[in-house]
Amino acid sequence: MKALALAWRLLIRDWKSGELTVLGIALVIAVTSLTAVAFLTDRVGHAVELRAAESLAADLRLGSSQPIPAEYIDMAERAGLKTASMIVMPSVVFEDERSTLSAVSAVSGGYPLRGKLKTADQLLAPATETSDIPARGEAWASTRLLARLGADTGSVIRVGKAEFRITKVLDFRPDQGWRFVDLAPTLLINMADLESTTLIQPGSRVSYRNLFAGPREIIASFKPELEALLSAGEQLRDIVDTDPQMRSATERSGRFLNLASLVSVLLAAVAVAMAARRYAIRHRDRIALLKCLGSQQRFILRLNLLQLLMLTIVGAAIGIMLGFIAQQGLAWIASELIAQDLPAAGASPVLLGLMTALFILCGFALPDLIQMGKTPVLRVLRHDVGPPPMRYGLSYIAGAVAVLALLQWMVRDIKLVLGIAAGTVGSFAILGLAGWLLVKATGRFRGMAGVAWRYGLANLNRRGRESVIQVVAFGLGLMVLMLLTLVRNDLMETWRDSLPSDAPNQFMINIQPHEVPEMQKYLASQNMQVPEFAPLVRARMTTINGQDVSQITFEDPQGERWAKRESNLSFGDNIQTGNKLTEGQWWEAGTENYEVSVEVNFGQELGINIGDELGFDIAGEPVSAKVTSFRTVEWDTFKPNFFMFFSAATLKDYPASYITALYADADDDRKVLELMRQFPSVTVIDLESSLAQVRDVMDKASMAVQTVFLFTLFAGLAVLWAAVQSSLDERSFESAILRTLGASRARVLAGVVVEFLAIGFLAGLLASIGASLAAWHLAVNVYELEYQFSPMLWLTGPMLGMLFVGSSGLLATWRVVTHSPLSVLRGI
Amino acid sequence: MLTILDQVSLQVSHGERIAIIGASGAGKSTLLGLLAGLDLPTSGKVWLAGNELTALDEDGRAALRADEVGFVFQSFHLIPSLTALENVMLPLELANHDQPMEAAKTALGSVGLAERSGHYPRQLSGGEKQRVAIARAYVVQPTVLFADEPTGNLDQQTGETVIEILFRMNREYGTTLVLVSHDLVLAKRCDRIIQMDVGRIRVTPQTDAGADR
Repeated sequence: MKALALAWRLLIRDWKSGELTVLGIALVIAVTSLTAVAFLTDRVGHAVELRAAESLAADLRLGSSQPIPAEYIDMAERAGLKTASMIVMPSVVFEDERSTLSAVSAVSGGYPLRGKLKTADQLLAPATETSDIPARGEAWASTRLLARLGADTGSVIRVGKAEFRITKVLDFRPDQGWRFVDLAPTLLINMADLESTTLIQPGSRVSYRNLFAGPREIIASFKPELEALLSAGEQLRDIVDTDPQMRSATERSGRFLNLASLVSVLLAAVAVAMAARRYAIRHRDRIALLKCLGSQQRFILRLNLLQLLMLTIVGAAIGIMLGFIAQQGLAWIASELIAQDLPAAGASPVLLGLMTALFILCGFALPDLIQMGKTPVLRVLRHDVGPPPMRYGLSYIAGAVAVLALLQWMVRDIKLVLGIAAGTVGSFAILGLAGWLLVKATGRFRGMAGVAWRYGLANLNRRGRESVIQVVAFGLGLMVLMLLTLVRNDLMETWRDSLPSDAPNQFMINIQPHEVPEMQKYLASQNMQVPEFAPLVRARMTTINGQDVSQITFEDPQGERWAKRESNLSFGDNIQTGNKLTEGQWWEAGTENYEVSVEVNFGQELGINIGDELGFDIAGEPVSAKVTSFRTVEWDTFKPNFFMFFSAATLKDYPASYITALYADADDDRKVLELMRQFPSVTVIDLESSLAQVRDVMDKASMAVQTVFLFTLFAGLAVLWAAVQSSLDERSFESAILRTLGASRARVLAGVVVEFLAIGFLAGLLASIGASLAAWHLAVNVYELEYQFSPMLWLTGPMLGMLFVGSSGLLATWRVVTHSPLSVLRGI
Repeated sequence: MLTILDQVSLQVSHGERIAIIGASGAGKSTLLGLLAGLDLPTSGKVWLAGNELTALDEDGRAALRADEVGFVFQSFHLIPSLTALENVMLPLELANHDQPMEAAKTALGSVGLAERSGHYPRQLSGGEKQRVAIARAYVVQPTVLFADEPTGNLDQQTGETVIEILFRMNREYGTTLVLVSHDLVLAKRCDRIIQMDVGRIRVTPQTDAGADR
């Protein structure tokens, strides 16, 4: 109790006297930046998830070939979820004499639960969002359907036994896929009209879907409950199962956000460590005095721990509060950029804030405070007696463990955490060594210019270890700052460049072999891009190494789904553009061997290896081929890609259709429409809207990273501040001695400026080296992008270093040299 | 406003050794600071080596100190990040001395610390630190040496050794010595004792300086 009260009083006194300012503010900045980032990323992440959910039109979608039991819907509604139903079936649609196959989709009110439908009043008119569904007796038809029928809004069409008036052109629905099941052009009608069509007959191919949406927690608990009830033909999908393109974009945006918050953690920790060291050094007298007055070592330790705990709680509370306020402000700024309102933040960042304060203080301040507690009582008599020298190895380990634990707790991606950790440790080692070499090397320039130059550089050299520590600390700060600005921009650009604006936006399938040359001719005549056409063979996988796939227990449930699905196979002599071999060898052109190259993740999910024999059923005929290579596929190029690509010998004699993808700009709309008319059996899928969706996700992610950067900048400034503060006492003292010994103010100042500029230059140089290495690592190993060398990085580092460190040094030392030397000497 | 020194008139001749004594708070250190130009009086004038200190600005006084003044402090005030040799080199470097290292080595040798030149202050004993401080003070051969309680942090024997060195160097270089001390025995070895009391110079006790000379 005595310790508690004393700890609190001392803490308050320290705060009032300004002794805790740097430490406290560094801690608050750490917690503020982290919690603001966490609150915001939580919200933005949720928004991204919602965006991804739009591609399902729901958070969860249950699909079945049988009517969905009403009890599921009751259960969802009881749980507080929104529901909507959808029934999709292929049917021929007639308009006068013309007819075409359509996917008739009957929907109930509320559809889509996530995302919005877009409709236009007539063909090629601008589309707007709507929250309605077709009224009874009305139908909304997709552009393709209207093109095939030669109809427009106002036309009357017949579906089964019912007639509908087309009132809108259906431009976009969020769940329009580009898989083969979704390929027929859509006709959207009201669920209430379905019965009058009499389309649902025994044996007709009907797909029943039920959509569910609601708060995350409810969805999370509802999903397993529903899964437990499902029968064999019922399939439940959530956003994790959605398209690989969307999944990859969501994953990457998550990584970018995490990267940004990781940097804040590191910077803040460095700032706290520096401030704690200064605090510990300045408080040795007090510890000696407390001991002199009869306090025991144990009591001192308890006192320090209590103070640390109080600091944690107070710092975390203030930081969390500020973090929440700052995040609200950010979200408000961001609301201009984000079309939809951000969902509310969860409570998890509060715990994160508390944990952050605790981890950072324990890892970075505790070792110094414990050491401070070991100050011998003799110090009251002999001022030069201090605690035993700090075993920095141990304190660094404590810091590293704290950071790793915190990172892992935040990121939950051990590979990313270890990658960053390895990068940091490596950078520290290399920065330390390089810093030492550079500091030593500057000694050679000592005699180059005037006294200030000589004294500044001499000081840099004489303080060898201190200089290296400062160079490394500043270097690290600058490195992360540059990582977040230059490198992030570079990465973001490379990433966005991998999705060029002329990525294919028209996907064409069901092209008969004889139509390929005709289509090529048509495209060329219209001055449009003539893309490659890939052959496509539909098949069902039957065996792996002779074993029936239905008998195989797959370790990965995804593998089981793949195995039971109809597959789209392609063949050819050459590997497709954008694919890369990861294992095995590509076959020789014209080989007679039956070989297959498998997409590497697909292969893992199926659990297959090089040399395995895969058996297929193609139109009733068995075919098998040996796996001879694995390859990666860039899904977000939107080019036709295949999980399984065969040697031509394997598949060339089977009936194939062709598939292609091309880019058509907005002016080419009519040409594409004409193409649909000329080749009515060819199915054209407009990917433009899907692409826009992916780009939208990416834009949101990059905006989030940029706002997050604001806090990292604060944390970076805290590091600079703490670093300058940590050497302030020493500098005051030295300045006083120098001036007592006869140095002019300008000379003292100039010497210090030279020293700071040199530290800044070296730190900047090291930061450039580190940032380039990190950029290379992040590009190549984490984000799988091509590394691009950035000369700006090498210019900016030293310039920024000199500017930041030089000006901070000048500002800090300005105060030091304006004090009367006598007062400074007496104050020591 | 607090008056720390009042009606102080004091003249110190070249080569003279004076001791300023008095109780804590009597104004000894303040007087020393004024004499050395570390601080300025609110009224009155101070001359040092023929220069009117009170007419000089901060940097002018610093330049004068660089040329004319050496210091020895009770707490030694060595720069912890510099070795003994580097601490002694410091004033030479500030004065653009040609061969700072040679001169500093000689000075360290003359206080008997040639062997410890590469050691940092934390590796030296109190007496050794004060000897480094004395070497630093004498290395520029100052006209005046100000010593503020030079033995205050030392045991008696070490203190005596340090005092011997201080007086020896005063003899060798003919430096004026201004000593602030509590120690009457030490003070009595000076030519003159200035006793301070609540900011004023009181009586001037007799010294044993004749014997010491």
